[in-house]
Amino acid sequence: MVGVKNKNTSIKDVVNKIGLPTIIIGGFWILLLIAGGFLGISIKTLISDTIKRAGMNGILVLAMVPSIQSGTGPNFALPVGIVCGLFAEVCAIEFGFTGWAWLFYSIVFAIPLAVIVGYLYGKLLNAVKGSEMTIATYTGFSIVAFMCLPWLMIPFKSKNMGWFIGKGLRETIQLDAIGGAQILSDFLKFSLFEDGAFITMGGEGGIIIPTGMLLVFFLCCFIVWLYFRSKSGIAISAGGINPKFAQSSGINIDRCRIKANILSTVMGAIGIIIYSQGYGYTQLYTAPLMMAFPAVAAVLIGGATASRAKVSHVIIGVVIYQGLFTTALPVANQLFEGTDLSEILRMVIQNGIILYALTQVEGGDK
Amino acid sequence: MSDNLLSLKNVSKEYSGNRVLKDINIELKKGEIHALIGENGAGKSTLMNILFGMPVIHTTGGFEGSIEIEGKEANIKSPHDAMSYGIGMVHQEFMLIPGFTITENIKLNREITKPNLVSSIFGKRLETLDVKKMNEDARKALDILDMDIDEFLPVAGLPVGHMQFIEIAREIDKTGIKILVFDEPTAVLTEAEAKNLLNAIKKLSQQGIGIIFISHRLDEIIDVADRVTVLRDGEHIVTKDVKDTNKYEIAQLMVGRKVNLDSREGTNKNVVDETILRIKDFFVAMPGENVKGVDLEVKKGEIVGIGGLAGQGKLGLANGLMGIYPAKGEVEFNGEKLPLNNPKAAIKSGLAFVSEDRKGIGLLLDESIENNIVFSAMQINEDFLTHLGPIKIKNSSKIREHANKMIKDLDIRCTSSMQKVGRLSGGNQQKVCLARALTLNPTLLLVSEPTRGIDIGAKKLVLDLLKHLNNEYGMTIIMTSSELAELRSICDRIVIICEGKVEGVLPPDAPDAEFGLMMSGSRHTEGSEE
Repeated sequence: MVGVKNKNTSIKDVVNKIGLPTIIIGGFWILLLIAGGFLGISIKTLISDTIKRAGMNGILVLAMVPSIQSGTGPNFALPVGIVCGLFAEVCAIEFGFTGWAWLFYSIVFAIPLAVIVGYLYGKLLNAVKGSEMTIATYTGFSIVAFMCLPWLMIPFKSKNMGWFIGKGLRETIQLDAIGGAQILSDFLKFSLFEDGAFITMGGEGGIIIPTGMLLVFFLCCFIVWLYFRSKSGIAISAGGINPKFAQSSGINIDRCRIKANILSTVMGAIGIIIYSQGYGYTQLYTAPLMMAFPAVAAVLIGGATASRAKVSHVIIGVVIYQGLFTTALPVANQLFEGTDLSEILRMVIQNGIILYALTQVEGGDK
Repeated sequence: MSDNLLSLKNVSKEYSGNRVLKDINIELKKGEIHALIGENGAGKSTLMNILFGMPVIHTTGGFEGSIEIEGKEANIKSPHDAMSYGIGMVHQEFMLIPGFTITENIKLNREITKPNLVSSIFGKRLETLDVKKMNEDARKALDILDMDIDEFLPVAGLPVGHMQFIEIAREIDKTGIKILVFDEPTAVLTEAEAKNLLNAIKKLSQQGIGIIFISHRLDEIIDVADRVTVLRDGEHIVTKDVKDTNKYEIAQLMVGRKVNLDSREGTNKNVVDETILRIKDFFVAMPGENVKGVDLEVKKGEIVGIGGLAGQGKLGLANGLMGIYPAKGEVEFNGEKLPLNNPKAAIKSGLAFVSEDRKGIGLLLDESIENNIVFSAMQINEDFLTHLGPIKIKNSSKIREHANKMIKDLDIRCTSSMQKVGRLSGGNQQKVCLARALTLNPTLLLVSEPTRGIDIGAKKLVLDLLKHLNNEYGMTIIMTSSELAELRSICDRIVIICEGKVEGVLPPDAPDAEFGLMMSGSRHTEGSEE
């Protein structure tokens, strides 16, 4: 680039590097935090909630990276992976696992299931090249609707998840009952700045750090980062940027796309298990219906586009996005009592950012 | 009123500083057939775009010079203006609606209508079509062209030749048509159809319509045209009466000898009498560059040039060998049968390809130079990888080392090996493509249009590099190029492809006229006349 004036270009470069939407929304979050401070809301609590929610959603957002890199766009069919994870969770409960064993077996059951389902989903995407995002959205909706039947009809006997009267699984399963709630979040949990002390292990005040959950999230981030530096990962990225280039280098693009979507589906499945334990509840039926959208929005806010995404985008994005909403709710409630403004704001930003990113794709294709 | 129907006076055109037309003067008389000939990129299309007031001209700063129609200055700002001045064009690709009948296509948007009850209330747009009158008009136009097909048939399913005629019928049905431009009208026609068409063109000219006839086929020009204008590199070379010239002279004028990139020096070459590549009955389905049955043998250690006009199939050959476009036929490489339609196998067997589509197929523009250089070698040969159990991770330090060596060897001008390829100039991008191909350690290098879109200095570097690879390492090279001059400067022999087949093989020092005739495919009709 030609530098007209050094100072101008440096500001421009910084903006270009981080991305305008990221800066605007990040700035808005900080503004809300400050406003919250003036309104007498505990900033420590706000930050604690932000970290907790970011940890819960992190892997779901990370699931966007492989699918975006492979050229199939953000994985709007994230619910496909999510229902695999949910199914694994209820199986683990049915088999009577509790506590750590429940978490472990949930993940163990989820992975092979998600691999099979992800493979089929990848096949589907290869059959509909050019309109992946639309197909993905409706695949996600369909699978959630379809799974409502098995949730009702599955002959599981565990009292922890059945309706009190009648058959089928409950809409919301309390994980307290099986010792699964916050099991990972509470592992090595500590808090910062509690009553003047810098670190308090297992503290409940100050800024709470759910160590176990964050470690798992960062481990997943590392695995994805490493994978995209491997031969197979590089092939997937190249196929996503320029299919013709990859093809002329002898890469089987269809196989790359399937691999990427298997990875994305598996991460969706693991992601929902981590999410459930952090939340304390497993939600079935239509709960996963809209779960893809916050994850898509988060990675896009982090600076990804619909055709390029990095692990750093995931981390930045999930913190800003979740931070914005944990902060906006109490602040908006203080300012405009009795309204549902924060939810409206959430929808505006979430859908606005997706729309913005999708228009950018069209521009980039020229 | 002068007897000139159309005169272009000192017409020049620049595309962002690049002069593509210089002082073109063309006069077209009433009833004259004026042929326009030139190689690809000589400026024919630009000239026609100016004549039709195409938006591409006016959005890039207009043109210099003036256009006069019947002695009066014409101000053509849009295709619509051109139409109202009575200029019509028969397009190369058919602009017809398949589901409509011939009449409907001819009369599209100029339908004859009669009022009805609804239209008297809602206006002219809803008037009934006067099908009978329209059919009569269409019939008249078709009769001029000696077409005895029924005007009420749908266009879909008609032979290609007929479609071309319907397109012409549409133009002559327009009232007040004075000038008609034919842009390579016979390119897709069979011989008999072409003959019919040429007769029709003659007939039209007898009715006083001025005709501009663009074609590569010299025989046709000699056959129908009254005068011929030769363009070369945007310059008006000459306008001659056809009866004063012959096709050899036209061919020579068309090719000309351009910038003489220092011709091949002494042949201290090590061409071994061993065939490395044998192609038999080779077909490639590459849109716009179809190969239709090529037989070719390449000896170890030689540089073979593939030349020919655009659209004749020269580019399809290399793309077909690499499995980028569907191909069939028999290919034997290094004594083994080369599996077709399988890029991986092609690369594995020792072929490497530098694509003509540098930005499309050749490079990952958003990636660094080093990633571009090692990509294929990493994927195919598993070079530059560290094994971590079952996972193969890229070895960044080895990659950097190799990339820096390539940057030095090929003199790639960049800030570092981390720079994005998209930021490099065309010539340096081309070198990155070459570096990627060389990293594969190929036995045979296929290079397509290596100098397209790069400046003259970089051109020489790229060509010197190819020559160097050939001389020093004995690498066999097949170079495809539209620029005859560069083929002649480095190749041992030049294969001319015409209509998807090998038209002939020439030594680089063959006379211009030979090349011109072969490229326009006019040689086989005359046998071996020299």
